[in-house]
Parts: sequence; structure tokens; C-alpha cells
Amino acid sequence: MELKTLTYLVVGASFLVYIGIAIWSKAADTGDFYVAGKHVHPVANGMATAADWMSAASFISMAGLIAFLGYDGSVYLMGWTGGYVLLALLLAPYLRKFGKFTVPEFIGERYESRIARIVAVICLVFISFTYVAGQMRGVGIVFSRFLEIPIGAGLVVGMSIVFVYAVLGGMKGITYTQIAQYCVLILAYTVPAIFIALQLTGVPVPQVAFGSEVRGENIYLLAKLNEVVTALGFSEYTSGTKSTIDVFAITLALMVGTAGLPHVIVRFFTVPRVRDARLSAGWALAFIGLLYLTAPAVGSMARLNLTETIQTGPVGDPAANLVYAERPDWFRTWESTGLLVFDDRNGDGRIQYYNDQNAEFAARASGFGWNGNELSVDPDIMVLANPEIAQLPSWVIALIAAGGIAAALSTAAGLLLVISASVSHDLLKGVFAPNISERRELLAGRISAGVAICIAGFLGYYPPAFVAQVVAFAFGLAAASLFPVILLGIFSIRVNTQGAIAGMLTGLVFTYGYIEVYKGLFLRWIGSPWINNVAENWIFGISPEGIGAIGMCLNFIVAISVSRMTAPPSQKVQELVERIRYPRDAATT
Amino acid sequence: MASEEARKQYWRANLRLVAICLVIWFVVSFGFGVIFVDALNQIQVFGFDLGFWFAQQGSIVCFVALIFYYAWRMNKLDREHDVDEK
Repeated sequence: MELKTLTYLVVGASFLVYIGIAIWSKAADTGDFYVAGKHVHPVANGMATAADWMSAASFISMAGLIAFLGYDGSVYLMGWTGGYVLLALLLAPYLRKFGKFTVPEFIGERYESRIARIVAVICLVFISFTYVAGQMRGVGIVFSRFLEIPIGAGLVVGMSIVFVYAVLGGMKGITYTQIAQYCVLILAYTVPAIFIALQLTGVPVPQVAFGSEVRGENIYLLAKLNEVVTALGFSEYTSGTKSTIDVFAITLALMVGTAGLPHVIVRFFTVPRVRDARLSAGWALAFIGLLYLTAPAVGSMARLNLTETIQTGPVGDPAANLVYAERPDWFRTWESTGLLVFDDRNGDGRIQYYNDQNAEFAARASGFGWNGNELSVDPDIMVLANPEIAQLPSWVIALIAAGGIAAALSTAAGLLLVISASVSHDLLKGVFAPNISERRELLAGRISAGVAICIAGFLGYYPPAFVAQVVAFAFGLAAASLFPVILLGIFSIRVNTQGAIAGMLTGLVFTYGYIEVYKGLFLRWIGSPWINNVAENWIFGISPEGIGAIGMCLNFIVAISVSRMTAPPSQKVQELVERIRYPRDAATT
Repeated sequence: MASEEARKQYWRANLRLVAICLVIWFVVSFGFGVIFVDALNQIQVFGFDLGFWFAQQGSIVCFVALIFYYAWRMNKLDREHDVDEK
């Protein structure tokens, strides 16, 4: 069967499953809509959390990023998993005991402040929309590459599917579709990885193959990769180029940011008991780990495959560079997307792929008659092109398409739901119309989910030019604003309204300001960024990606100091903190 | 029903457990994977430099084990201090 037909069949079948689940699990009341009635089994919730968390970025982009960054890519691996330890130990069980519907609701009640609640809603909406734009973009790319339909049409299809199960089923619908989506995406990710591991090393487990010898050669995979890439002037794969302090700060900011992301936290509101919340976090990370432990293996093998496809023999031998006219089919298909670009700078009809930023190697290269690097590869194509590079059967390629879409849709749905819940529950019921009836609140939730989907689709079609900066900002923001006040709200009885608001604003302003100054964000129209974004200019050598870690520390310091100088919180709040610390309430005497 | 004193003990035991787990969390990721990565990379285990392995594989495995350990210990503490949910 032709690849395109097969892809339509596999993707279509997965959509039918999602819609079927949505109809079966329609939400009956606001409890169902916001937190799936708190009836989700911890293992099921773990699986749903994994799909919720693993986005188009995890599925499509991460292994490719690691392939080109080598050791430096570890910041994503540790950063996006380590946050679950913080979540499980410091936040999830207590917020589950609190037992309400949203994160801003907790902040509002704990700090007895509508302002704090509104600040939290603003952070949440900003973080979530940033994220959702990236997901919609991922859906568009997969549709246009594999199904060969325009990005706009692809977005409309994706939005319609999310609309059906998010608006109809709310959290309940999302939870059960996410479980199905997890199965699709993990299968799609691991099957090609197993095939490629077998081809390269003869070992069918990618994580073991990662540390095994290359088939038929007496050299370890990583050692060979180091040799191959350094021969072309790139830095060694297993050692990084970023400074230790920067790797430290970025990892910390990503970990804390992960733990502070509202769409992840809210998943732990859906399990029946506190002890289920603890276990559920373990299951979530176990399911996430399946993909995250495979990704670095995929990254290293993809880098080796790509490099050896282009550089077929000893560096400097004119016959050892791939002739452009003889390039493989996958090369042609990805060229048509513009994500793989060849520019024959020395006009010899062969492809030279090397690091021309390395002055020493560039000098040697010009001795070979090379005139600069001729191939630019977008990291995003590594996972998607992998099955084609490894010449795997068509059904595996079709599966990758369904997996990419599943990863993007599951995350988008989770984000859209927290946006709609914060509009209908935090803003409408919490602030503007406290007396609204249950039925009308549910309707408001559905309408705001629908509106949010349309905005998300629009952002996916016209992505802001600075998406990458904004994503760094989303994590920095979650780390510097939400995480510290939630943590202090649980572990400190003394931190009060003034402290929390001062802390959140300090973290927010500092982190935002730093990113604006070095990378440019919303003030580009009056000339930002103002300072050149290079290591020599950074404060303590910490890049804008890692600055959320410092923002978080400032938030903690300010919140605690201001609280000490002002009156302690009311008796009611102290009782609330007491109550969330113990799974069972004390007997009232 | 747990007394006031028993509840205080439960909370202190919880804080102790959290502290121990966070130390391990820090050591396997920031310690082995970032700060001491160059020193550990001198040690080879199969085809891996040990520091690199901790940064890309080992830390994640430890995180998963850590959460399950914490959940198991806490769920036991809940029962021992009679604060578990009925």
C-alpha cells in the first residue's frame, strides 16, 4: 500500500478512537469537567499525565536537539524529569488534600487575596498559550509533511478533534483520550528506535545499544560518534561547550518550571486520595522515562547515521563526500519542506557538512577546497526522518505521524482545559460572578475552552516570530512566580499575603526583565534586546534560559523577608495549612 | 484518633524523609551529572563515560525510583501515625 494512504488510515483510526472515547466519557457536572470527578486510578492518571506533559517538543524536537548538542542536551533530559521529584515530594499530595479545582484557587485561598489569585491566573494563561502555540505548530508540520495537506487545513482538523473531546468531555474526556494517546505516542517513538538500535549495534534495547559496540566494528557507539564528529571540527559529543554554572542554572530552572506548570499540577487533583497522588507521580515519571531514556539513544544514533550518510569516507578525500545528485529519497522529501537545505558553496556537486565556525578546522577545510558548510539541518526533522533514513517499512513511518499528532493534541487539550477552568472558575465564579449556577459555570467553561482553541489555532497559523524565546520565558515564569508561592504556602505558616504578592512580582519582573534585555520579547518595537546575548555579558554567566533559577531564589528571599516584617496570616489560613499537611483531618473538639 | 503530639511527629518524620530524598535527587543530577561530570567521565562503564551516563540516563532512573520509594514510605507513615484516609 502507498505510504500516504497508509498514513491516512493510521492517523484516521487514531482520531476515531479519540472521538469514541469523548462520546463515552461526557462530563455531567463541573467536578467532571475540571477534575474528572476525582475518580481516576493512579496508574491511569500517571499515563494521562505523561501524555499531558510530553508535547510536540518532547516527541519531535528533543532527540534532534540532543543529537546536535550532545552532553549539553542533558539539561532537557534532567530538567524535564527532575521536576517530577519536586512535584511528588513538595506539591502534589498537599494540593490534592486541599481538594479544590485550580492552582490559582489555592493561591487565592491560602493568601486570602483576589489580587494574588488574579496574578496567578495571568501567569497561568500566559504560560499555557505560549505552550499551546507550539503544539498547534507541531500538528501543522506533521500534517503538511506526512499527509501533504496545507498547514492551515491541518490545524483546522487538529482543532476540531480537540474541540470535540475537550469541550464535550472536559477533564474526564481528556484523561481517557490522553491514555490512548500515550499508547500511540510511546509505540511510535520506541518501535523505530528499536529497529535503528538493531541496525547499528545488533542490540534491540536502545538504552543498552547506546552503550554498546557498533556492529561489525570493535568500537563503542559513543566513542565512534566522538571520532566522527570531531573529525569534522564539531565538539566532542559526550562533553559539552556550555559552562558548568549555566548547565546547572538551566537544569534547575527547567525542573522547578516543570513542577510549577499548572496543567501538570492539576492532573493530581483528579485522583481519589492523597496516597494516590504520591503513587501517581511515580507512575507518571515512569511512563515519561520510557520516552526520555530512549531520546538520547535516538539522538546519538541519528547524528551518527546523518553524518555517515554525508561523509562516507576519510575527511579530505574528495570522493568521500556524498554526491548531491545521488542523494537518498528522504533527503529529497525533507528538502521540499525547507527544513533541510543544501547550498553548493564550492560548486563541486558534493555535500560538505562540517563546523565552519571552528576557525582551526575551517582553515584545514579550505585546504581540501571546501568553501564553508553546505548543509543546514533543522533539528526537528531528526525524529521524523529517522525511520526513512534507516529505511524502515512504511507502517513505521505512518506510526510516527500518528505519534507526533497524539503528542501535540494531548498536551494542547490539557493546556486548553486549564485555561478554560481559570476563566470560568477563577475569574468568573471566583471574582466577577460568585453566585453563578453550576450549570451556567459548566457552560462558561465549555465556551471558554472553545474560544481558547480558536486563539490557539490562530497562534499556530501565525506563530509569533519569537516562539523560542517565549518558551524559555514560560519555564522561567513558572519557576520564578508560581512554584515558590505554592511551596511556601504549604511548608510555611508564616508567609502571608504581602510576602506572596511581593515575591511573585519580584520573580516575575526580574525574570521577564532579564529575558527582555538579552533576547527581546514584547519591547522589540522600542529596540530590545539591548545587550548582546553572549556569555561574557550575562550576570554570573547564566543565560536567559536559566535565569528563572535566580528569579525563583529572589522570590523566596523577598516573600520570606516581607512576611517577617508584616503581620502573620489569619487563624483561618493557619488552620488551612494545618489541614492540607495531613491526609486525614484532626477530630474537631 | 492521633493526638496532637503524634501529628507533630508525623510532620517531622515527613520533613526528614523529604530532606533525605532531595539530597539524593540533587546528588544524582546536579552532583554526578553537572558539577562532577568531568571527574566521573574518567570512569568507563561499558561504552559510557559515567558522568555522561548519569546526565542522560542514570539521573532519570534514580528519579523514578526515588518517587516510588517516597510514596511507599509516606503511605506507611500515614498508617503508623494514624493519619491515613479511611
